[in-house]
Amino acid sequence: MSLVVEQNPALLELNPPLVQAKSIHDVTEQISVITEGDVVKTPTKYWIALGITSSITVVLACMLTFLVWNGIGVWGNNRPVGWAWDITNFVFWIGIGHAGTLISAILFLFRQKWRTSINRSAEAMTLFAVMCAGLFPLFHTGRPWRAYWLFPIPNTDLNIWQNFRSPLIWDVFAVSTYFTVSLLFWFTGLVPDLATLRDRATTKIRQWVFGALSLGWRGSARHWTNYEKAYMILAGISTPLVLSVHSIVSFDFATSVIPGWHTTIFPPYFVAGAIFSGFAMVMTLLLAARWLLNLQNLITIKHLENMNKIILVTGTVVGYAYASEFFIAWYSGDVYERFTFWNRAFGPYWWAAWSMYTCNVFIPQLYWFRGCRRNLWVMFIISITTNIGMWFERFVIIATSLTRDFLPSSWGEFHPTWVDMATFFGTFGLFLTLFLLFARFLPMIAISEVKGVLVNEKHAFKGEEVLAK
Amino acid sequence: MSLNPEEMKEKLGLGPDKVWGIIGEFSEPEDLVVAGRKIKEMGYTKLDAMSPFPVHGIDDAIGIPQSRLGWMVIWCSAAGAATALLLIWWVGAINYPLVIGGKPLFDFSYSVPVTFELTVLFSAFGAFLGMFGFNGLPKLYHPSFKHPSAYRATDDRFLLVIEADDPQFDPHKTVADLKSVGAAMVEVVEG
Repeated sequence: MSLVVEQNPALLELNPPLVQAKSIHDVTEQISVITEGDVVKTPTKYWIALGITSSITVVLACMLTFLVWNGIGVWGNNRPVGWAWDITNFVFWIGIGHAGTLISAILFLFRQKWRTSINRSAEAMTLFAVMCAGLFPLFHTGRPWRAYWLFPIPNTDLNIWQNFRSPLIWDVFAVSTYFTVSLLFWFTGLVPDLATLRDRATTKIRQWVFGALSLGWRGSARHWTNYEKAYMILAGISTPLVLSVHSIVSFDFATSVIPGWHTTIFPPYFVAGAIFSGFAMVMTLLLAARWLLNLQNLITIKHLENMNKIILVTGTVVGYAYASEFFIAWYSGDVYERFTFWNRAFGPYWWAAWSMYTCNVFIPQLYWFRGCRRNLWVMFIISITTNIGMWFERFVIIATSLTRDFLPSSWGEFHPTWVDMATFFGTFGLFLTLFLLFARFLPMIAISEVKGVLVNEKHAFKGEEVLAK
Repeated sequence: MSLNPEEMKEKLGLGPDKVWGIIGEFSEPEDLVVAGRKIKEMGYTKLDAMSPFPVHGIDDAIGIPQSRLGWMVIWCSAAGAATALLLIWWVGAINYPLVIGGKPLFDFSYSVPVTFELTVLFSAFGAFLGMFGFNGLPKLYHPSFKHPSAYRATDDRFLLVIEADDPQFDPHKTVADLKSVGAAMVEVVEG
């Protein structure tokens, strides 16, 4: 079938797959060939990148083995900073994941059609980020093979139940629900495209693999009716879920009495920061994937510009939260609270705090300029600085409050060890390796969704006369 | 046509259980909707369509009822909330009461996060499993895969299906009917 979309220039920029495609068969073709690799050869630069990231994953594996072998003393966690890089990295990675859910669920509910080029990869990113996040509390237990103690499973070796009055158990529920629901949502969206790959498969292995994964999907109208309902429901429940997850993560801090943590602004402030850092990470990944797999015609400057606008908004919301925290600390008249914020900006960790203010609040203001929003180098650099800034935000919250709490006798310093650093570095290897594998072996763009959007746009131009026939 | 479908199938040498249905192919989604509506007006009831993406208007055209999934998910949500509250109450106040931080053994306020999460979790499983369950999936094989264009129904072709257990089904007439509404490559598909 042919498509008539040239009439709408805005659509040209937002839905490139179908615009360049002469037919919906071309859409199938353009997206599927990336996963097949026999028609279009996978660029060598992709394999080089995969080699580098998987080597970094090996570093992670070595560090975790080293940790389990020796005990968590190899990390720098110590009195008074019992929660250090592990929870910083946990919150950092969970936050990264949130943009994926935002793009797939919230933009879906708002009928933002530009999301179709990026939602699949953003959802995949969510899953990989949550996997990286989960590693930290899992290994911080010291005995990860006992991790089932975190769940209310009757067992005879512990003979005790979880304490549901503690935000830490809420976190277990929030993060495991988040991972599970994200996986179900992602897989639901993937099934029709897996069926497309099954029907295109030329080798026995691909026929078997995609035949099994697509679960016998045949595109029946009955299937689609239930599918659309399920997709809508999953998007509808993912939206409050993503807001709840980072709110609950922030409860880990906010329900304590430590100055600088015990604040009601934490849930919205954490959620805004999570979306901010997540969008920046989506940006980094899309720019990399776009270059490595030559996807310039699928992911356009317009998509990137839209994301930069969201980065500007959320970065400014985060800036407002910082200002509000300082104001409330002063206005409350509480000496500990006032001291904490003074210490945050001018104490021993001043360099971390100012890195965070610079990266999160000041640098994104460049996005007020259209030229910056559309410049690939500017957006790549800002996506990196944003993630550095957001990592520092979590570190600053944790380290400044724990090293300087109520009693000067319990003050201290925190020094990360080389194992801390190599473990965190290694999670980037895992994250990027999984993402690169996904981008090469699964349809990175939702084929059926792109077709639906494009064909329905065509109806919009033709009016309803066809249906009235 | 005085023969009933069974007798007709016998005559064609297909056997009573052999014919599963007849499938016609269209290349435009609008044509599928228009043809589907006409076929339904001819009195056929056991209709289905196959398409690479949800075609708007097809449910109405061939009489596919609304999805019942919403109701199922509502019940799953309620089950999730009830499970969470019962768990927290039974574990904290009945099976292993421990006073921690002077907090009550059970209270709704601190039960909110876990209750919310389990509500969402159960609803998500309800939507996911319910969708595949209502669709009769997973399934390793389906007769419609025998149509020569079935593999294109996930690419760029739109198929209209009339199943053999339709009371009006008649191999000759149904093929002619499908051709008359513009279907290409009309094929009898065996079960």
